[in-house]
This record gives sequence, structure tokens and C-alpha cells, in this order.
Amino acid sequence: MSQISTTSDIFTDFRQFLNADQELREDIRVKVRDLEQTARDILTILQAVHQPEGIKECSAICEKAKSKFDIIRTQLTALIAVIPQGQYYRFHDHWRFLLQRLVFLVAFIEYLETETLVTRESISEVLAIHVVRDDGFHIDLEDFLMGLLQMSSELSRLAINAVTAEDFSRPMRIAKFVGELDSGFRLLNLKNDSLRKRFDALKYDVKKIEEVVYDLTIRGLKPKTEVKETKE
Amino acid sequence: MPGNRNRSGKAPKDGQTHGEDSNTDINLVDESSPIIQAFKQYQNELDTKHDKHERLVKLSRDVTLESKRVIFLLQRIAGGTDENKNNVLKEADTKLQAIQDDHFRKIALELDGEDPYQFLKAYTAGMQEYIEAVTFFQYHKDQSLTNHLTIQRQLQFTQNCPTDETSNSTLPNVENPKLPKLDIQDQPVKPLDSASCESSYHDSQISAIKTIEVLVTPLDYILGVADLTGEIMRLAINSVKTGNANFLFQLCDFMREIHNAFISFGNIHREIRRKLNVLQQSLKKVETACYTLQIRGSEIPKHMLADVLSGKTMDGPVYRDFDQDEPQDQ
Repeated sequence: MSQISTTSDIFTDFRQFLNADQELREDIRVKVRDLEQTARDILTILQAVHQPEGIKECSAICEKAKSKFDIIRTQLTALIAVIPQGQYYRFHDHWRFLLQRLVFLVAFIEYLETETLVTRESISEVLAIHVVRDDGFHIDLEDFLMGLLQMSSELSRLAINAVTAEDFSRPMRIAKFVGELDSGFRLLNLKNDSLRKRFDALKYDVKKIEEVVYDLTIRGLKPKTEVKETKE
Repeated sequence: MPGNRNRSGKAPKDGQTHGEDSNTDINLVDESSPIIQAFKQYQNELDTKHDKHERLVKLSRDVTLESKRVIFLLQRIAGGTDENKNNVLKEADTKLQAIQDDHFRKIALELDGEDPYQFLKAYTAGMQEYIEAVTFFQYHKDQSLTNHLTIQRQLQFTQNCPTDETSNSTLPNVENPKLPKLDIQDQPVKPLDSASCESSYHDSQISAIKTIEVLVTPLDYILGVADLTGEIMRLAINSVKTGNANFLFQLCDFMREIHNAFISFGNIHREIRRKLNVLQQSLKKVETACYTLQIRGSEIPKHMLADVLSGKTMDGPVYRDFDQDEPQDQ
């Protein structure tokens, strides 16, 4: 039954635990760093949509960005391989920001292509990971929501740049989309944590987009008016 | 218009309501919209998680409270007779049993099928206090340090699996109808659990036994041990009143051993570093007590000796500083 170990044995055991823990964390850190680099590359590619000429060839840019996800999938597999079974949350902090960033990227691409909100299912498909915890490496719901909030900030930027590129209908659609996203977030009962703080910033994105819509409206640049003019 | 929004939580909604007329459709929350549908599900999931977290925090608080009581009880041993000591130990044992069977069983039920690390923050405080109580109790019993595995084993519970096909979610209801989590939680059981259930089910054919446990992380264990030294220090100072020099020296040795081990860990964890500082102060205090007893033991009457060592009369300021820094647990 219970072996009575001496005090020094106990501490030797703990020291071994610490060493093993440290090595594992170092391993995870290296792999997460690689993933972060790839995510940054994808983000750089996507930045082209903010250019006046880029906004017209969204799909080409998205395709280019999507091709990079092969690397992400490979790197994620390598990361998953080093995490002990059932200890996702023990090391959660190491990849929390990375996954938020990836959710943002996938959601942004999905929006540019189809103008719909990405689901967790399609994210898990793109990244080749699971949806729920019971199946293995997955995306924590709060991280997923964080990624969506990052996307709405990017969209408010896009609304402004769309106007510069003389794409006047896009801001309207973005306003509708982000408005809906905002109503969605307001359904959540958030605790006073980082997600709540990030959500508080969403209203400024909403506001910025609304201002763009307002500016377009009072100047008669709204697409509806345009259509009327051409009809007349 | 859009600029006048104040900073209250409802602000964005107000802003939308007097938005542009052509966009009125944004204002109405469209119940059938896929976005809203998705968020309803997210709401559900988040609430479930937050509720569970909250229940664990409450349970942990109870564990902390009860463990503190055990520690206070054990402190009363100093200076008592053997009979008194045995009574106290018996009482403490009962109380610790009660904490395990009552509180920790509930925590284990909450954590069943979850990743324990996800909710670690909710119950880590209670766990450390409990480890402190258990190790303190063990030390009183036979001057040894309880190891990590022993504590882990005490926090494993067996539970009957339903013999029929009903899923695991109904099971804790039988065991403990008071737990609210079960109404919400109908996730499938972890494959591993159900497998172990299954196998034992076939063995017995009547009812299957499943093991649930509260995870004791090595870090929690070691931090609990660090807290223990604070209690040892108080015990040492109190024990001087009985004039038991041997016991004092023995306690001092024990503390030194723990202290040396902590030094060897290096600066890995912030919590450990913080505890090491407190530990060093406690150790210094006990070492000074040993020194004083050694050098002056024969000169001062015993009843005054205790006062001297706890710094009431001699070298007051120095000791008093330490008193304030005593690791009184938050």
C-alpha cells in the first residue's frame, strides 16, 4: 500500500517533475512560435485587401492566404503531438493567443469570400482540429469569440478603406454584419474577464462603421441612390 | 448622432435605434439569423461553464474554512498531555475525513469528465489549505511528511455506474441530487471512463464501479508543504512553553530539510519564490529560538523563556517584525 517515502525522496520527485515540465513547456513554446510566424505571414497577405486595388480581387487574395493553411495544419499536428492526453488546459496559455489569431484569420477569409459568420465547425475543419474538448485538441469557446472580436475590428477598418477604394456598397453590408455580431455578443452573459473587456471595444467598431454609413448616406453615395440615379 | 454615444453597456443599442432609416433591419434582432442562433448556443455553453466554475469556487472556500479549523485544532496540541494529543488527533482525523467525503467528493463530481486543469484556478486555494492541514496532521502523528500520492489517493472516490444503458449524465443525480450541474450537463462521457465502466460492468454484472478523483497537482502539493512550514514554526514557538527542547530542535531540523529542498528548486515558479521568502523568515525565527534555548535555557525560568522566544521581552523589535510577516494565510 502506501509506501512511506522520506522527505528527501518527495522533493527529489518534485524536482524531476519540475524539470520534465520545463522541457515540455519549452518544446511547446518552440512549436507555438513557428505557428505564430505562419499566422503572421497569412495576416500580411490578407492586408492587401485594404489596398484600393486589392479590395476588388478579394478572392485571389483569399486563395493565396488559404494556401498557407497547409503549413498551419502541419505545424498544429506537430504541436498536438507533444501535448499529453487530457492536459489541454494545463498548457492553454501557451497557445491561447495563437488560436485567437487563427480564428480571426479563418473568420476574416470566410467573411471576405461568403460574407457570413464562420462557425466553429468550419474553423475546426480548416485547421484540422476538433470542435469539442472530448475529442481532443479543440478551440476554447472564449478564444473563438475573441477571434471574432478581432475580426470585427478588422472589418471596421475595411469599411473605411472600401470607401477610399470607391466601393460604396461594402460598408453597408459590413454595418449589417457587425451589427448582427454585436447583437449576438449581447446575448452572452460575460464575466468580468478579458473577453468582456475585448467585447466592450466592439461598440467602437460598430460606431466607426455606422459613421461611415452615415457619411455615405448624407452625401448621397449610398448604392440605392446610385441605382435610382441611373434609372432616372 | 452616432457621436453622442455614452459609455454605458447599452450604448451601442441606442446608437443603432436612431441609426439610418434604410438600415432599420440591423436594429431588430432577427431570431432566425444564423448568427443569433449560433450565439444562443455559445451563451448556453458559457453559462454552463461559468456556473460550474462558481460552484467549484464555493466548494473550495468551504474546504479552506474547514481545513483552517483543523489546523487551529492541531495547534492546540502543543503543551498538552499525551491523552489530550490523542483526542485532538482523533478529532482532526474525523474532520479531515469529513472534508474528503463531503466537499472533495462534490468537487470530484463536478470535475467528472472535465479537464481538471481548466478549473484548477477555482479550487487551488482550497486544495493548498487542505494539503497544509493533512500534512500537519501527519506530522503530528509520526513526524513524517505525507507524500503527494497518498493525498491523491485519499481524493479518489468510487462510484456506481448505472447498470442499464442510460448515459452517465443521470448517474450523479442518483448519487447527489443536490448538484445542479447535472441538469445542464449532458455531454457524453469521456471514452476512457466509459470504457473502464464497461469493463467492470462485465466483471460484476450487477453494478459497475467508476473512479472519480480530484486532481492534486504537484505544484499545489509543494505550495501546501510550503504553507506547512508556517504552522511548524508556530508549533515550535508554542512548544517552547513546555520546555521540550528536543521537540523544538526536531521541528527546526524538519523545517531546514524543507527549506533546503526549496532552495534546490531554483527560481522556477513565482509562487514558489514567494513562499520561499516567507519560509526563510520562519526558519530564521525557529533557528534563533533554538539558539536562545541552547544558550540561555539554563538561566531563565521556563515560563519566561517562552516570552523571550516569542519576542515579547527581549530583542523585541526584531522578532516583532517577523511576527508581522508570519505567513498568515490570506
